[in-house]
Amino acid sequence: MIFEVFRQERRGQAFAHAGSIVAPDMEFAEAWAREQYGRRQESEALWIVPRDAVTEVHDFPDELNKTYHRVDGYSLKAKLKEARERAGTAAS
Amino acid sequence: MSERAQRLLELADDELILGWRDSEWTGVAPSLEEDVAFSSIAQNEIGHARALYELAARDLETTADELAFDRDPSEYRSAPLVELRRMDWAHTIARHWLYETADEIRLESLKASEDAEVAGLAAKMDREEAYHRMHAAMWVGRLRGDERFETAVDDLWPYALGVLPEEQRGELAERIGRPVVDAVERGGHSDELRELWEEMTMVRRSVPGATW
Repeated sequence: MIFEVFRQERRGQAFAHAGSIVAPDMEFAEAWAREQYGRRQESEALWIVPRDAVTEVHDFPDELNKTYHRVDGYSLKAKLKEARERAGTAAS
Repeated sequence: MSERAQRLLELADDELILGWRDSEWTGVAPSLEEDVAFSSIAQNEIGHARALYELAARDLETTADELAFDRDPSEYRSAPLVELRRMDWAHTIARHWLYETADEIRLESLKASEDAEVAGLAAKMDREEAYHRMHAAMWVGRLRGDERFETAVDDLWPYALGVLPEEQRGELAERIGRPVVDAVERGGHSDELRELWEEMTMVRRSVPGATW
């Protein structure tokens, strides 16, 4: 069986995919993942998930090119600068 | 040599030699995952050996490295169980399980010791050994009843008893489920230990007196 392992590096952080483990059952997967991804104190916690339990979704059609769903070209930097300036003026 | 230094050396030598033997599986363990796990366990054992040698070295006014590498093989206090070489996986897991079970009994008694330094170190080691025991238990759960594994446990049983002093052997027999028999005692060493020593100390002996 293949198990996917997710690793949390610091308390409070999001878990990120670390890699996978081939193991006969969850007991072996846990022991092996512990050594593979935790022996150097590089993990705060692990999630170990049988690959079969993961639902993959990969189809995201965008036939009509709806660029307004995206943030490209939208300069947050300029807006922020402007907002800060206004706030600065208001405060003084 | 004080009784305390002697006991520390027995324990340190067991952990060093076993760590060395277990690391011989690095690269050739039954699966990649097990390879990483077993190598990591081997490194833990060597880490325990270092801490124990450091404690003994203070009593003996020497250093951990000198104790680990500069003694003659005949001076090592390790149990013959940990010296055995070139075993198959069944024997390796049998030894792992027998040793960890014996070590648990030994650590329980050291944790209750009036010597605060020894008790403290034993408690630290035990927190790591708990995972070694989990690893051993998981393999035993899978191999128990398998003829090769049971034969391996039978082969190594007299050696396992030799890890512990006589008064703790009954407890080991109970936990393993086998009767107390004549043990292969500490003190005698196989030729296999000398071979291991030659390899283990080769780099250090190549430049005597160097600081690493």
